[in-house]
Amino acid sequence: MMDFGFSLSKSSTLNLDTADLSLYKKLCELSPDARTCMACGSCSATCTAGPFSGMSVRKVILDLQRGRDVKAMVQGCMLCGKCIMVCPRGINTRNLILNLCKIYDR
Amino acid sequence: MIYQGKQKIWSDYQKEIPDDNWYYVRSCIRQNFFPASEKMFTEITRNVLGKDVYETPFHTTCGGIAYHCDTIPQETVMTIVARQFALMTEAGYENYCPSCITSFGNYAEILETWHEFPELEAKIREDLWKACKREFKKPKYLAHSSDLIYHWRNEIADKARYRLVDKETGEPLKIVEHIGCHYAKMFPHKAVGGAEYPYVLAGMVESWGGQVIDYPERRHCCGYGFRQYHVKANRGYSISNTHKKFESMEPYHPDAIITNCPGCPYFLDRWQYVIAEQTGKTYGRGGYGIPVLTYEELAGIVLGYDPWDLGLQLHQVAVEPLLDKIGIEYDPKAKYLGLNKEDLLRPELPTVLKCC
Amino acid sequence: MKENIVIIGGGIAGMEAAKQLLCLGYNPIIVEQNDHLGGHVSQWHQLFPDMTPAQDLVRRLGEEISEANIFLETTVSYVNKLKDGYNVMLNNGVNIVCRALLIASGFKLFDATKKEEYGYGVYDRVITNSDLEAWFNGKQDPRIPDKPARVGFVHCVGSRDLKAGNSQCSKVCCVTAIKQAIEVKEKFPDAEIYCFYMDLRLFGKKYEDFYINAQRDFGVHFIRGRVSEVGEAIDGRLQVKAEDTLAGKPLKVTLDMLVLMSGMVCNPQATEIARMIHLDMDDDGFLRSRDNVYSIIESNRPGVFYAGACTGTKTVPETVAEARAAALGIDAYLKSL
Repeated sequence: MMDFGFSLSKSSTLNLDTADLSLYKKLCELSPDARTCMACGSCSATCTAGPFSGMSVRKVILDLQRGRDVKAMVQGCMLCGKCIMVCPRGINTRNLILNLCKIYDR
Repeated sequence: MIYQGKQKIWSDYQKEIPDDNWYYVRSCIRQNFFPASEKMFTEITRNVLGKDVYETPFHTTCGGIAYHCDTIPQETVMTIVARQFALMTEAGYENYCPSCITSFGNYAEILETWHEFPELEAKIREDLWKACKREFKKPKYLAHSSDLIYHWRNEIADKARYRLVDKETGEPLKIVEHIGCHYAKMFPHKAVGGAEYPYVLAGMVESWGGQVIDYPERRHCCGYGFRQYHVKANRGYSISNTHKKFESMEPYHPDAIITNCPGCPYFLDRWQYVIAEQTGKTYGRGGYGIPVLTYEELAGIVLGYDPWDLGLQLHQVAVEPLLDKIGIEYDPKAKYLGLNKEDLLRPELPTVLKCC
Repeated sequence: MKENIVIIGGGIAGMEAAKQLLCLGYNPIIVEQNDHLGGHVSQWHQLFPDMTPAQDLVRRLGEEISEANIFLETTVSYVNKLKDGYNVMLNNGVNIVCRALLIASGFKLFDATKKEEYGYGVYDRVITNSDLEAWFNGKQDPRIPDKPARVGFVHCVGSRDLKAGNSQCSKVCCVTAIKQAIEVKEKFPDAEIYCFYMDLRLFGKKYEDFYINAQRDFGVHFIRGRVSEVGEAIDGRLQVKAEDTLAGKPLKVTLDMLVLMSGMVCNPQATEIARMIHLDMDDDGFLRSRDNVYSIIESNRPGVFYAGACTGTKTVPETVAEARAAALGIDAYLKSL
């Protein structure tokens, strides 16, 4: 291949046609309340680990909905459960993370 | 696709295009990229259609390219443009026709700015007088040279030797039309057909027998983007945008692409070579690319001009499959003969993209 | 003899006002340009939040105003101010003199072809909220595929859009999109449904519950971002682009059908009447109320009252409540003379 000193850039577009939502669907089977997230962000704002590890429950759910992997983010969770206290939709966020870990461990 | 829906939109975006007496200004770069296109414009308009199209060697760049590369301020561009208008006024013309799309956008933007801010126009008039003792009238009509070919498309069709149809099957050729961004996106009402479904090139294609391909990324920039290309480190963005367009038009198997901008045909043509070298992929049939033509070249083809007099040998993508499909007579051996029949030698062939 | 009150517009606002005016002992005269009463609601299938059949409401109101004078397929040719009332001239030659006039001319659905980038009227599978309701009501629509795999809803089409000339939020589109998303999902259980929104403005009673239902029970995908462009692919499907503003990334998806939530703009008929009797227009193109807090049903001219969407975007319950208020307002006004 000829080197032109530049090449096709990778597109940052999220393509829902090719997004693999199997992880999200598995999660919804175990934690159906994940679907009710309205992305208010209170979970992330209150997160103990987030500012230092990049963990964000809001982003975890959104990324799963867009077919992206969230393993690294989930590993940053300390499972303290602070996020459960603030979720206005009553999502059991701590359980959601544990369920995700279970899916990853399978 | 509902054709009547598009027609309704086209009817909302019509502009008045006077039939004669045009002051023509050339592009900075087109004569290097597509050397016969502007020559063909004057040839067709003057000698085939018998119109008065005047040009002067004293005109310069409009400054648009430097403006869009952020190297000169708009007031400088305005003064350059004021001088261009002064040349038009001195020559006794009122209808201004730039050959370049960015120029067209630049003129439209400046005229609109002066309309909104008359004090700025007054200042520019003063600056022009200080700089070169010239005065100007603003053009009564501004039309891009593709607007004029669109305006005369049916007269060209009447005089055409060939139609854009497959000579074997009689089917219309499938043509992608690509509009330069600065033609309609800034001022949709100054464009034939508007910005979403521009009709300027589609009208030519229809009139000359072809079928227009409407593909999802039709609005997308060719990728040139001035600073995207001019800075080598940014060329990845430039070629990625071109690549995106080709991926989107690929399922339609277009026979050709027609363009009305200086940069678009260049990049849509040359990047096919680079994409082929980098990814191994070509978009035409049998390893060829999709020929990319300026509207003057396409007009020249249907009018029966010799393809090599149209400068088609300077395209990266081989045009021969298209010429053969239409049934155009040409001498393959004359492809690389200069004006004086001197041999211009052969270009090096790409490793992936098939060329003749 | 009972006193004439002219009601311009026979939608639910005009009908409800007529019903109340009948109760109060007046002779309401409805002038309706269509060949039926009920306005937009009569074309709708089900109403949020209880999925009330729209026809039931229109039928019920129709029965309740059987004693009113109703001119169908009739428009107002001219209105002029008399010393103590108005002379309303209809295009059927009838002239009515009244001391009070109620404008209940409602809204016009935003013309979605104006948003050229969405391709309504150009692409084969782009429809509006109103087209979808007509289809729910049994009207054939070749633009709706037999088995769509992916369906999108675009909120705010012509609403909150200064360039389209409408700064206002049309209020009902968010909840209508959710209602229609659920209904489409019920018809096509295997389809993935996407709602493209900028904000979800679910202010009314039970609206938020609707949203939670759509998420939890119907798996509707909500994508925060306005659709920027739509293209038609070779197979007729639609390539839709938006920015996923929550992810901060551009997003694209290919859909089998796209529903545009066309918003409300003022009925041009109201503008015409406003011109005749010098009623103030608001900068959003609707009629201007005396004030927007306490006197929404009152105009700047004596004896001219408003009800419903002629003064701004309204829900059905708001419209009905205003119609009742307007009837009482008219009664109080006439008694004060």
